[in-house]
Parts: sequence; C-alpha cells; structure tokens
Amino acid sequence: MNRSHLGLLLLGGALAALPLFAGNYALSVVTLILYFAYTGQAWNVMMGFAGQLSLGHALYVGVGAYAAGGLFFHYGIGPWAGLWLAMLLCVALGLVIGFLAFRFSISGVYFALLTIAFAEFTRIGFDHLDSLGGPGGMFLKVAQRDTWDVLNFRGPPLMYYYAILVLCGGALGLCSWLLRSKAGYYWQAIRENEEAAQALGINTFRWKMLAVAISSAMTSVSGVFFAFYYNNLFPEQIFNISRSIEIILGPVIGGVGTLFGPILGAALLTVLSDSITEGLAAIGWEIPGIKQVFYGVVLLGVVMFLPNGIWPPLARMLRLK
Amino acid sequence: MSLLEVHAISKSFRGLKAVSDASFEIPEGSINALIGPNGAGKTTIFNMIAGVFPPDTGRILFLKKEIQGLRPDQVCAAGIGRTFQIVKPFAGLSVLENVMVGAFLRESSAAGARKVATQILERLQLAAKRDLPASSLTLPDRKRLEVARALATRPKLLLLDEVMAGLRPTETDQIVEVFRDLNRKYGTTILLIEHVMRAVMALAQHVGVLHHGEVIARGTPQEIVRHPAVLESYLGEEADL
Repeated sequence: MNRSHLGLLLLGGALAALPLFAGNYALSVVTLILYFAYTGQAWNVMMGFAGQLSLGHALYVGVGAYAAGGLFFHYGIGPWAGLWLAMLLCVALGLVIGFLAFRFSISGVYFALLTIAFAEFTRIGFDHLDSLGGPGGMFLKVAQRDTWDVLNFRGPPLMYYYAILVLCGGALGLCSWLLRSKAGYYWQAIRENEEAAQALGINTFRWKMLAVAISSAMTSVSGVFFAFYYNNLFPEQIFNISRSIEIILGPVIGGVGTLFGPILGAALLTVLSDSITEGLAAIGWEIPGIKQVFYGVVLLGVVMFLPNGIWPPLARMLRLK
Repeated sequence: MSLLEVHAISKSFRGLKAVSDASFEIPEGSINALIGPNGAGKTTIFNMIAGVFPPDTGRILFLKKEIQGLRPDQVCAAGIGRTFQIVKPFAGLSVLENVMVGAFLRESSAAGARKVATQILERLQLAAKRDLPASSLTLPDRKRLEVARALATRPKLLLLDEVMAGLRPTETDQIVEVFRDLNRKYGTTILLIEHVMRAVMALAQHVGVLHHGEVIARGTPQEIVRHPAVLESYLGEEADL
C-alpha cells in the first residue's frame, strides 16, 4: 500500500464517520461537495481523459433527473428502475451529439458549441412538455423524512449523504480503472494528438464515442440523485448553461484529467463560496453581486497561477506521484 | 516477395497533378528510399499509402490485398507503421506511455503493452528516458520516439517520413545505425522518404526518384547517383556523394 492509497482510505473513513460528528448543515454542505465531485468526475472522462470539451453537461443531469423523476411522479416507479431509463436516454443523446460531431469533424470550440446547443434546445423543449410540469416545474412528493425507504430512495438527508458518498467512491474507482486500461491510454493519446493516435491504429471515432457514452451515463445518475434529493425540477434551472459551467469548475480548478482534481476542486469551490457568503455577512457588506466578484477573483488567480489546476502541484508536494 | 505494390497511382489537388502514374514495389525485408526535390510528390505518395487520403486512380497492394482508401488506423492495423515528418509526441504522457499506446494495438492488457513498449525502448536506446515526459525530449530523441511508437504496433512495413530532417550529421549516423539494426535483426521492411542523401546512400538498397509527380528512375543508390535524368533534375551535374 502506498501513500495515496493510505490517504484515500483515511479520507474515505473520515467521510463515512462524518455524520457522527457533523450537524445537518455541515452534512448538507458535504453532500453538495460530493455531488459536484461525482458530476465533475463524470465530465472529466470526456474532457480530461479524451479531450472532448462539453459545455452542456447539464443536459444529462436534466434528462436523467426528469426521466427518473417523471417515472416516480406519474407511475410511482422508484429510481432503481428509473435509473436505467435515465441512463439509456442520456447515452442515446450523447451518442447522437457525438455522432454528429465526430462524423462531420466538428471539434474543439465548435464541439463545445454543439453541446451547448443541445442543452439549450432540450431546455426549451422541456418548457413545453406539460406532462412533466413545463416551466412551472415538477414536484416529487416529499414523504417520510425519518425512515429510510431505500427502495423508493426517500428518506432523511443522511441517506442521500451516504448514497452520494458511495457514488463518488464508485466513480473514483471506475475512473482510476479506466485510466489504467487500454481505454485510458487511447483517450489520452486522442486528447494529445488525434492524428498521431489514428496513425497508431486507433479508431478515434469509436473511442471518442465510448468516452461520451460513459460520461453521459455517469452524469445521468447525478440527475437521478438531484431529482430525489431536491424534489423539484425546473427546466429553466436544471438545463441552464450556468449549471453546465458549475459542473466543470470543480475539475478545472482541481486539475483536468486527474483523478482527484474533481474532488478537490468541488470541495474548495463549495467551501469558498460558503465562506465568502459568511465572511461578507460577518463584516456586514451587503452589496449585490459582491460574492460573485470574490469568487471570480479566486478562480482567476487559480487559472492564472496554476493553469493545470491545484491537484498536480499539490500531489508533487505531498509526494503522491 | 513484394510486401507493398504501388500500381500507377495518381493524385491531383484542384487540378494540379501532384502524383501521376507512380508505380513501384517494395520487397520484403528490404530498405527502400523515395527521394526527390521539394514538391515532387513524395509526401503525397506517403499519405496515400498511410491512408490519409485515397489516390484518384491506381491501386496499392499490401500483402496482396488492396489497401487504397482505408483509414489511417485500418492501414496501421493491416501492418503498416508510420512516423510524421513534424513529430507528434503525446506531450502529456511519458516516453513509456507514448510507446504503450502503440503497443495496445496488439496487446489488450496494460501489463502486456508495457512489456512490449519496454523492449522497444531498449531497442531504440530510449530505455533510460522511459519515465520522462515526452515533451522534455530533444529533437533526435523525439524522432526516435516516433519510430518506437510506430514499431510498437508491430508493423511489417515501416514508413519513415523525413525522419532525419533537422538532425545533425552525427545524429543522422546514429539513427541510420538504428534502422540498419532493425532491418538486420528483426527483418523490418522500411520505406523512407528522405531529403538527406547521406542517409539514403548509407541505408537504402533500392531508391526511387520522383520528379514532378513521376518516378523518373529506380535502382541501387550507386545507379541512381549516375543516372543522367536524376543528375539533371535533382542532384545536379556536380553531384559528389
């Protein structure tokens, strides 16, 4: 066992034991961190590993959320079944986008624009889907908050905390396995130089499609979690481009293409955002938008001084690499 | 036996004939060179073999099978490895990882790919630098890395696109030695497209000369440097090699 395994074990243990010490507020903050860590990890498969920049990942969160949420809302079918529908729809959507882009050589910024376009017109489409609530939103019944109804994924915040913690652990395991396998090497080769990758016998179309499929499937699960954790879904919010940006900030700050970057980034950003709010409240500054200014300045600093994210230099410092 | 047969291939770009009716063959186990002045169509022929674009007319046979029109990855899978004139290392990966990417074509496990890659790095005298990022290599080492990566796909034919360009004479001699070694010890068939006559003379057994898209001469290096058409169009009257 090396240092990084030990560190991971300690972190996992601490997070598993956290509810014993932390109150509801702290638990909700950590739940949010883990949610962004998981979703960032999913986005990272596409951009960090395979180099395909998606700025529309809110699409998969939203479709996943509406698929599982809708089944529960209309037919009382729990998320364990809804999950599959969510994944199926998201993977299908991802493959359509991937096919259009990769077949017709749309790459880089234009690929990113295509992902935004899909998220945007899906948002507008859901605004007109009255059976799922339209612009007025869809509300899942908030039932028993005290008992763990695992089958229907209804229960106290603690249940959601452990659910997202398990998801995060699973995503980390999956990504670390992918990165060490043939897929990981092929994706990184495509990311670094697609022409050279192709000359080494890599069917770049197929491997990029695989990255999109895995990333969208993982992100659809974020959506399912979102639907059952927050219980209300509005197209205007869930498909919003700012949601897509929110997803990618964690990995970008933490380190694109790294395994721990998305986790570290999500933690830093969530804590930062919260402490700015509290700090400003403490000194009594109530200027509208001041929070965003501080947040932006910190992001700017990280991007300028640590363009590869915080994790790579930190890992070197801790000699984890 | 001919490993590669090129039958009367032609290619035009917007009406400009880049290659016309070029034919040649490459015997198995040999080292071949395609030379010619800038714009003669060397790289166009190279790209048609490697699958970057198909010829307008003509056929390319590799191991008796037609390969014209295949994608680059299919050409590679068929057994033709290539390097790029302007080297294209996977900069973010280590030297070993770069070569592993090539090895994965015939190896499905990372352990297997690592083993193949390690052997090839030793063959190209890059083993000591295996853990360095590819971006930190010097130009001669990057050229070697290109070759190592292509070799890791276990090609029957290795296409080298101006692999000596930009190297100093001593560096050229070293890499010439590497290719001679590969050919002698492992039977790798090589086709080089080259400007550096010093390397061609030292290495190739068969030379083809391109001029304005046409093959104007074929023969051994000794025959080529005395060939009147070659002297006139390419090497010059005073060729002294």
